[in-house]
Amino acid sequence: MTVAGSTSVEPFAELLAEEFMSMHPEAHIYVQGGGSTAGIEAAISGAANIGMSSRNLIEAEKKLYAVTIAKDAIAIIVHPSNPIEDLPLDKIRQVFSGKIANWKELGGPDHAVDIVTREEGSGTRESFQKFVMRKEDISLAALVQDSNGAVRQVISSDPNAIGYISLGLVNDQVKALRLSGVQPNLANVNNGKYTLVRPFLFVFTGEPSGDAKSFLDFVLSPPAQKLLLKEGLVPVVEKLE
Amino acid sequence: MQLQGKIIEKILLLIAFSSIFILALITFFIFEEGIPLVWKVGSKAFLFGDKWIPSKALFGIFPMIVSSFWVTCGALLLGIPLGLACTIFLSELTPPSVGTLFRPAIQLLAAIPSVIYGFWGLIVLVPLIRNHLGGPGLSILAGSLVLGFMTLPTIITISEDALKALPSSYKAGALALGATHWQTIWRVLLPAARSGIVASVILGMGRAIGETMAMIMILGNAVKMPTSFLDSARTLTTNIGIEMGYASGDHRQALFATGIVLFFIIMVLNTLAIFLSKRRVR
Repeated sequence: MTVAGSTSVEPFAELLAEEFMSMHPEAHIYVQGGGSTAGIEAAISGAANIGMSSRNLIEAEKKLYAVTIAKDAIAIIVHPSNPIEDLPLDKIRQVFSGKIANWKELGGPDHAVDIVTREEGSGTRESFQKFVMRKEDISLAALVQDSNGAVRQVISSDPNAIGYISLGLVNDQVKALRLSGVQPNLANVNNGKYTLVRPFLFVFTGEPSGDAKSFLDFVLSPPAQKLLLKEGLVPVVEKLE
Repeated sequence: MQLQGKIIEKILLLIAFSSIFILALITFFIFEEGIPLVWKVGSKAFLFGDKWIPSKALFGIFPMIVSSFWVTCGALLLGIPLGLACTIFLSELTPPSVGTLFRPAIQLLAAIPSVIYGFWGLIVLVPLIRNHLGGPGLSILAGSLVLGFMTLPTIITISEDALKALPSSYKAGALALGATHWQTIWRVLLPAARSGIVASVILGMGRAIGETMAMIMILGNAVKMPTSFLDSARTLTTNIGIEMGYASGDHRQALFATGIVLFFIIMVLNTLAIFLSKRRVR
């Protein structure tokens, strides 16, 4: 069985597939990247049994059977000593595009902002671009780190830095900003108040059956969802025990 | 017996050729993947374009060429004086017992994995620079300092060999003419070993340009043209290292094309070094 698509979902799908195969030694699941659109097309053409997508389906794709397996929220983070707690989306956009270059303009200390972003091609960067930056570009002067962990490391040591990482990876070394008053947490993601959220979808050409169904059932089971929570995603199943 | 020798000879030849063959294969692959992109965007736009935004099909690597140059020069500013001082100390001024202690220690510097240098730079140097000199700390200065230390083993080992290879009559002659020890080192030995020392510096430069892991960790990887030593920067190698994970299509080809540029730089440096070190042996 082949699972193909979004490179953001790929590592999690690989993890789940390994877990699934260790429980069902007779199953063989091949996980491939390629991007959300490629994954959806692969599902339509039958090249893949399951397509992975980290974006919502567009109108033309709505006839497909899509299941949200988890959600990934993006938190805007700063150093814990930063006095700023709350920013609206448009201010964050101005900071990342380089228009606001000093924390003073946001009511913080008189010091240049160190922007930290992800590398080109990263799914997290793509989502940030779409949700926050929209048509604007992230400043070329921004520091670039190649993983959520590296972004967090830089921000935890630089009092003037701002960046974005998956919500599940926020720890007490950094501070997640409120977005126009909305605290980024699981409750606000689930009730829809926190908007920097993208779904991780499994896409099928019809009601899944056979191997695809047993893998999907496994992915939506509490142990698998717990695994995803541990990896930093927002589970879609309420009870994990 | 003779047959056996012939067979072994052929086997060794085959092994030697296979390594060259693999090298040729890698070279071919890099060019095959990279050249189409260079044709597509134009070699001038690729080499001298100042914007690298793959999502908008802008592939200009000029800031990275400049950054590689800055970082390498910075590393040599530290590496050359420190390396030469160390070489002179080891080959001329130290009692042999101290030398036997120092030499393995310096060679050990080369054995430390670059990720350790990077980690040390990130944890120790970067906050120091941020707190005392300003900027984000992740900077050309931090990268240059770390690279300077990383080039030391290359510079010291090769230039010490060059000094050792000099005929002992040079030193004896200079001393007999009444030159002091220092005058002998500075006026006779160093100039005589000049080509070997220059070769060591060029090989050190190659090491600096090729370093990736430590630089990804310390340079900050911003793609804009650097304007000061406190700016973050992205070198040619780190551009490939940081973006290869998700790159596909033109973006991936552009990374291979970056590799082609690196390939030429390293080829030129190594050819220079080989040429210079050959001249030393007369």
